[in-house]
Amino acid sequence: MACVVWACPTFFNQVPANRFNGFTEYGIGVGLRIPHYRHILEKKPVVGWFEIISENFMVDGGRPREILDKILEQYRVVQHGVSMYFGSAEPLHRDHLRRLKELVKRTKTPWLTDHLCWGSVDGRYTHDLLPMPYTFEAAKVTARKVREAREFLEVPIAVENVSSYAEFHESEMTEWEFLNEVVERADCGILLDVNNIYVSSRNHSFNPYDYLNSVPAQRVAQIHIAGHSKFRKYILDTHDHPVIDPVWKLYEHAIRRGGPTATLLEWDDRIPSFDEVHAEARKAEKYIAQPAGEPVTVAP
Amino acid sequence: MSLLALQRRMAADLMRPLGERDRLDPETSAEYIKPNDRLTSRERLEIYSRSYWYRLLDSLYEDFPGLRAVVGPRAFARLIRAYLGDLPSESWTLRNLGSRLEQWLRDNSAHAGVRLAAALDMVRLEWAHIEAFDEKEEKVLGPEDLIELGPGMRIGVQPYVRLIEMSYPVDDLRVKVNAAQECHGTASNAVLKHKAGGLGRRIAGMRPEHIFLAVHRQDSMVYYRRLDADEFRLLAALRKGLPVGEAMEAALEDSPLPVDELRHRVEAWFAAWAQMGWLCR
Repeated sequence: MACVVWACPTFFNQVPANRFNGFTEYGIGVGLRIPHYRHILEKKPVVGWFEIISENFMVDGGRPREILDKILEQYRVVQHGVSMYFGSAEPLHRDHLRRLKELVKRTKTPWLTDHLCWGSVDGRYTHDLLPMPYTFEAAKVTARKVREAREFLEVPIAVENVSSYAEFHESEMTEWEFLNEVVERADCGILLDVNNIYVSSRNHSFNPYDYLNSVPAQRVAQIHIAGHSKFRKYILDTHDHPVIDPVWKLYEHAIRRGGPTATLLEWDDRIPSFDEVHAEARKAEKYIAQPAGEPVTVAP
Repeated sequence: MSLLALQRRMAADLMRPLGERDRLDPETSAEYIKPNDRLTSRERLEIYSRSYWYRLLDSLYEDFPGLRAVVGPRAFARLIRAYLGDLPSESWTLRNLGSRLEQWLRDNSAHAGVRLAAALDMVRLEWAHIEAFDEKEEKVLGPEDLIELGPGMRIGVQPYVRLIEMSYPVDDLRVKVNAAQECHGTASNAVLKHKAGGLGRRIAGMRPEHIFLAVHRQDSMVYYRRLDADEFRLLAALRKGLPVGEAMEAALEDSPLPVDELRHRVEAWFAAWAQMGWLCR
């Protein structure tokens, strides 16, 4: 059943620049990917900002550092990590943190993001973004590690909701309740991935708007949009397609709740030309520019 | 179940080698995962297990194309699955995934078959390639810094310059493999078959050859440079931190070359190293 939602209470008090994104207003960004390096450095396209995968640049020298320095001469950069594993029961990895801090100083990223997930145990790494059991114990562990990382790195941190394909019997709450539990305990920001909400809603049969409406809009530092792949029995978050309409609708709803927020298009596989990726990202502009007070149609 | 216990259990399950047709091992129960109306607990875990294996295997395919050429595609597929089964990643970065492959292959030599020596050379070369790509660059000593070069002076070798000794010319093979990979995106099937055939013949006909190699980078590109045996030993001695005089003594005392010829060569080596930016404090 379709329903109409008028601008929610937060709409009239929009604070897209908030303490979780360093009080910035970055607009639309694009993920910095290897196939686009030459185009970007030669053509110097006008881009609001680039998101880099931190781990790709946490090396001591060589091409990654050289490319990053050239990008930093001309563009604003925000760091996005994939292996902090806030949700792993084991402590944060000191070498990882030390290298991350060096990179933070280099990029001057106004905020830093990583995933609300786990991926390592007993010093062994899966290199995947594994789903959390939504328990109070897990929320406590995760929030403590987010706080520790923020204190060490001295930069605001936002955690990203991941897409998932499994749920645990151990869970004591919904995913969105877990997200709230963690960010309140850690007093951190949210990198709201609306595509991940869509993917998980299809895989776990929940209404994505229930999720979205429970997110504390004032904590949203950044938004991710992306494409995905449909299989017969589940949806996989592959970042290899354009954004589909239902995800744009979710994005529109998120913008109306929280205001024009820094938004990043992820495209990581079967990557088309830079211009194509950039054009897809810029579709977000029409939602950000939408006049206040217009109703949003919500399809459950 | 505690968070730690759950994560130990799930990690062990998804890191267990995949079974036939890459299905989840039949002994894995996954009862801690909720089924839904479309997937069983095991099927849901299988999505993660496949993702784990495919991601890590892809990474090794990308980092060790030369080893694949040496041992053959089927043996390589078995080899890297066995390696990951024995030694899961212990680093936060996939860059380090192959760091223990050389030692593992020595301990599990059957995986390389009759080409063990060439396979070990190739693993060493490909790991050196990874290190040369992104290791640190210290402040360079240029030709002008060497004017006052004396026996007591200590000179470093850039961390990104990797020195390896090999018993087969696998550097040539790796260059060919790279070239074959580069044309893969554009060439027709007929051209690719021809190239693959050429590569196969090259491997089959590879003869032992004692090679001293520097794997280094220039303008962010990785290069292989063959060295004289004496040149290699001198660089290795400098890298150990010996003063120039002691390094020359240690590296060159058994050289068959006449002293004048040796002096001439040493001067040329230092000039070339300085030119390439290999020397540092």
